[in-house]
Amino acid sequence: MKLKTFKPGGVHPPANKLSANIPTVKLGLPKEVSIPLSQHQGALAVPVIKKGDVVKVGTLIARGEAFISANIHSSVSGTVVKIDDVLDASGYKTPAVVIKVEGDVWEESIDRSETLVKDITSEPEAIVAKIKEMGIVGLGGATFPTHIKYMVSDDRKVDTLVVNGVECEPYLTSDHRLMLERTEEILQGVRILMKAAKVDRAIIAVEANKPDVVAKMQAKMNPAQYPGMEVVALEVKYPQGAEKQLLQALLKREIPGGKLPLDVGCIVNNVGTVLAVYEALQKNKPLFERVVTITGKKLKKTGNFLARIGTPVSMLLEALGEEMPEHTAKIINGGPMMGKAVNSLDIPITKGISGIVLLDESEARRREPMNCTRCAQCVAICPLGLQPYLLEKLAYRENFEACEAEAVMDCCECGSCSYICPSARPILDYIRHGKANVMRIMKERRQQ
Amino acid sequence: MNNRLAVSLSPHDKGDLSVEKIMWGVVIALAPAFLASVYFFGYRAIGVVVLGMVFCIAVEYLVQKFITKQTITAFDGSAAVTGLLLAFNVPSTIPWWQLLVGSIIAIGVAKMTFGGLGQNPFNPALIGRAFMLASFPVEMTTWPVPLVNTWNLGADAVSSATPLAILKEGVNAGQTVQQLAGKLPGYFDMFIGHMGGCIGEISALAILIGGVFLLYKKIITWHIPIFYLFSLAAFTGVFWLSNPAKYADPLFHILAGGAMLGAWFMATDLATSPMTPKGQIIFAISGGILCGVIRLLGSYPEGCSYSILIMNAFVPLIDKFTKPRRFGTSERGVKHGG
Repeated sequence: MKLKTFKPGGVHPPANKLSANIPTVKLGLPKEVSIPLSQHQGALAVPVIKKGDVVKVGTLIARGEAFISANIHSSVSGTVVKIDDVLDASGYKTPAVVIKVEGDVWEESIDRSETLVKDITSEPEAIVAKIKEMGIVGLGGATFPTHIKYMVSDDRKVDTLVVNGVECEPYLTSDHRLMLERTEEILQGVRILMKAAKVDRAIIAVEANKPDVVAKMQAKMNPAQYPGMEVVALEVKYPQGAEKQLLQALLKREIPGGKLPLDVGCIVNNVGTVLAVYEALQKNKPLFERVVTITGKKLKKTGNFLARIGTPVSMLLEALGEEMPEHTAKIINGGPMMGKAVNSLDIPITKGISGIVLLDESEARRREPMNCTRCAQCVAICPLGLQPYLLEKLAYRENFEACEAEAVMDCCECGSCSYICPSARPILDYIRHGKANVMRIMKERRQQ
Repeated sequence: MNNRLAVSLSPHDKGDLSVEKIMWGVVIALAPAFLASVYFFGYRAIGVVVLGMVFCIAVEYLVQKFITKQTITAFDGSAAVTGLLLAFNVPSTIPWWQLLVGSIIAIGVAKMTFGGLGQNPFNPALIGRAFMLASFPVEMTTWPVPLVNTWNLGADAVSSATPLAILKEGVNAGQTVQQLAGKLPGYFDMFIGHMGGCIGEISALAILIGGVFLLYKKIITWHIPIFYLFSLAAFTGVFWLSNPAKYADPLFHILAGGAMLGAWFMATDLATSPMTPKGQIIFAISGGILCGVIRLLGSYPEGCSYSILIMNAFVPLIDKFTKPRRFGTSERGVKHGG
């Protein structure tokens, strides 16, 4: 049978999943963690501890008070040294709670056993409240606070929960490992979220390059125990993991520009998020650790580590027993298609960091741009039906009204156009320039 | 240690498709047609093709070096493709200086004045050919007899005529297609290229091999060549059915003249064809009909290159009305964002 996928567009960057077969290892504790107060979309969390306080693993240290914000918990036990600005993955300084690590004492409320808990005793509202309390945000990288997705007004109809295990970014394997190693916990998490969303259908989407995951999920997914659930293997194509492309591939539902999955009756969560929900509900465990891939072609070893939030990224390399390879030219937080280049390994691991990719000079260097040859590759591969070459030209000429008319705001910045361009034009760079200015113009219009 | 790190925006990965790969891919795709031309026209074909490429690359180099003072990109393969296609569109007996004039017009005027690679509204090789046809009508329509197995080096070429010209003259003189059949080459000869014509246009077989290579390499899509040839066949087919004594059949029109070369290599030129499949189909169907109109109703025997040049002019308009479908909408084209 032909595998499902989205259309139009899409590209096939080399997968480079170097660490796909390497089991997840618990990363050791650092001497000190820096836990940023902004690890999510929305407002900063407000600290509830002060310098000198003693915290345990799982102690609430900052509360998400704004509507869009998230709670933050300590990932270690020890003493709060200071609340100060640290450099984070964005490249900006951001306030963070710095904790000196002393031992590894967990909050007593957390169930540290590995028993699989199956009974869901909480009602939907209580589940959503728990998700909020435990500080869960989207772990695929977007870090949108998860509980908000489940605060659905009664006039909205949601019928399907989609669990995103696509991991279409090259190099990254953290979701792959989670789905293999924590299969049943994830399936239990899906049950919990189905109850929270009041739906009786859930689809776990995986790309066909992870046959081990598909086989294992199908083996475990006994219909009596997990009613309404199915795992779907999708054709390998980037950006299959983008919400819009994923829902179209699975359900033939298209989210219009500026709308959300909710508008087509779906809620989408990353598999890591689903696992965090299981642990929150059944183990009373806040989100203070996650799996991070550390990889790169010039590394002799690569790996997947379960790391405490706030641990410096450099510890991932140390755990491999590797130094930063000579001629490393880029450190990427996330995958090479949509990740952000960072300028230091001293940044803390946060909820949104699914992997760190080291690229050497030959991979990282941009080619000299040439004239656009109108080869139409960018038009053919744009998954949103835009005309990237035209948007680039309009943004370059600062014709932002025309950018808006050509739907520049629909662009999800997947980077396929810049990836494919034979002339190596910085198409997405200019599209971002166009988007930023269209946003400004729209804001000015609202103010008038 | 960290100060050498780059922090540019995503994507950080780059596909290995490049302008050079595309252009040299086209050159490779034209190799079978080149070999066929050497087989049928002898050593002169080699000379004309090499000179065409050298002239075009040289003109681009000199313009960039001394006039526009741009970075030199003359060796990116695009000038080589233009030179190759220009040489393919002239008889093998063309004097070298006329080819030079054609190259100067093709690259210097039709390409570089608009800003070089990708900026030209018209196919440069076809502009060069059109200019040469208007300026040197005798040399451009004096066809050597194919020299198969008679590598008669240095001999003066014997004049022959293209099948389309034989047909046009004969029909105009009142003969029927059937009466002309003895003078016209058979379909098999036309398919492999054993007939009079421009260097690169004679062998449908060789062009087809190159075209399949282009499709395989994803340098072009099938829309333009297939729809161009189908529409030419459909248009000429209607006339043939209405009056088989006066009009040749569609297969003849596809195999004769520049239709195959035009459909696979000239109409598919990246810079001068539309951006979406829908636009390409409109472009190709219109081009095929125009070619038929010129051949059957015009005074020229051949209309392929003019049909493509005329359609080149419509590309911006076609692009404007054939935008891709915006995701999440049913509309084609976008009126207002957000």
